[in-house]
Amino acid sequence: MTRVLDFIERLGASTTGALERLGLLARFLINLLGVILPMFKRVDLHIQQIYFAGVRSLAITIVSGLFVGMVLAVQGYEVLQRFGSVESLGSLVALSLVRELGPVVAALLFAGRAGSAITAEIGLMVATEQLAAMDMMAVNPMARVIAPRFMASMISLPILAMIFSTAGIVGAYMVGVELIGIDSGAFWSQMQSSVDFRMDVLNGLYKAIVFGIAVGLLSVFEGYYAAPTAEGVSSATTRTVVISSLTVLILDFVLTVLMFRGLN
Amino acid sequence: MNRSRTNLAVGFFVALGMAAVVFMALKVGNLASFDSSEGYRLEARFDNIGGLKVRAPVKSAGVIVGRVEGIYLDGETYEGVVQIRIRPSYHFSNDTIASILTSGLLGEQYVSLEAGGDPQHLVDGARITKTQSAMVLEKLIAQFLYNKASEDSGERK
Repeated sequence: MTRVLDFIERLGASTTGALERLGLLARFLINLLGVILPMFKRVDLHIQQIYFAGVRSLAITIVSGLFVGMVLAVQGYEVLQRFGSVESLGSLVALSLVRELGPVVAALLFAGRAGSAITAEIGLMVATEQLAAMDMMAVNPMARVIAPRFMASMISLPILAMIFSTAGIVGAYMVGVELIGIDSGAFWSQMQSSVDFRMDVLNGLYKAIVFGIAVGLLSVFEGYYAAPTAEGVSSATTRTVVISSLTVLILDFVLTVLMFRGLN
Repeated sequence: MNRSRTNLAVGFFVALGMAAVVFMALKVGNLASFDSSEGYRLEARFDNIGGLKVRAPVKSAGVIVGRVEGIYLDGETYEGVVQIRIRPSYHFSNDTIASILTSGLLGEQYVSLEAGGDPQHLVDGARITKTQSAMVLEKLIAQFLYNKASEDSGERK
């Protein structure tokens, strides 16, 4: 009997804990929104952060995009040749990259490469009381440290997603047309007839912007509320990657349903 | 890393992103080809539209001249009404025949327009009166079996 009660008590504790965390996140977001616009005048701070979050993620994004595109081409060719329609490879690769893989995989890579770095950096600033020191000097750490990192991830991720999709299509072209020998005209024309700029490319871009907001917010939040110990920073970094990845995948499903519901 | 180098790198990064969007728009998405909001609208009524979908192409002699904009059922006559938008540079005579065809054996369905000889052109909002419904595979098979059966019974007599 006590075991059952214990279990229920733990269930209740974890539920209220999760709710508390959600409320904390909401309050954090409201505080953040208050300082974003006035802070945006400090362009140099944002450029610095876009450099760390975006430009330094460029290599991993392009290389992953190329290889994802190449694998899609090989696997797609394998299936499509059974139906004698290898010419549709272009549209298969382009649609899956532009609609789904571009934004999602770029966001997952971004969470692992840049989100974790942001959390660790802010977490360490909290642990070494740098943020508290800033506050003492009448510099709002929310505006000076948190806002530029959040904005940088919101700006960088859409750009990275577009670059990922482009790299993927180039990779698929290299394998499909140059290596396997599909007709290059059919590859591009099938792609152009099935991909719609507004419906597919812009919706992919919107997805990436939403993912950028989600990953950026979770990264700075986890860092800001990290326990001020070595262990706390490490577990905050892990949580950033895990929760960001899950959030991206769940948001992707929700956004896809909303965006492509009216298509057929 | 000094500030101008950082600015340069970020500028390069943003330019690369813009180039990717332009690549998507022109090479992948073919944005320049046809703006769906221009052109004039026609309406065609079919007994059966088969698997026709919104945004399916409208072709004449195999050339894409427009897109399907809307499909709905007329509640009184029980006909499928297909609204199509034709590019402004193309004009079709009043006795144009619209039919729903399939590209290839398993391909997507499209509306085919065959121009007639009437000197009067269809104007915005006009209705195409001569239509030919989509072929429904089940009906074709049923018809074929029915004919076959009647042939067989005819031979037996």
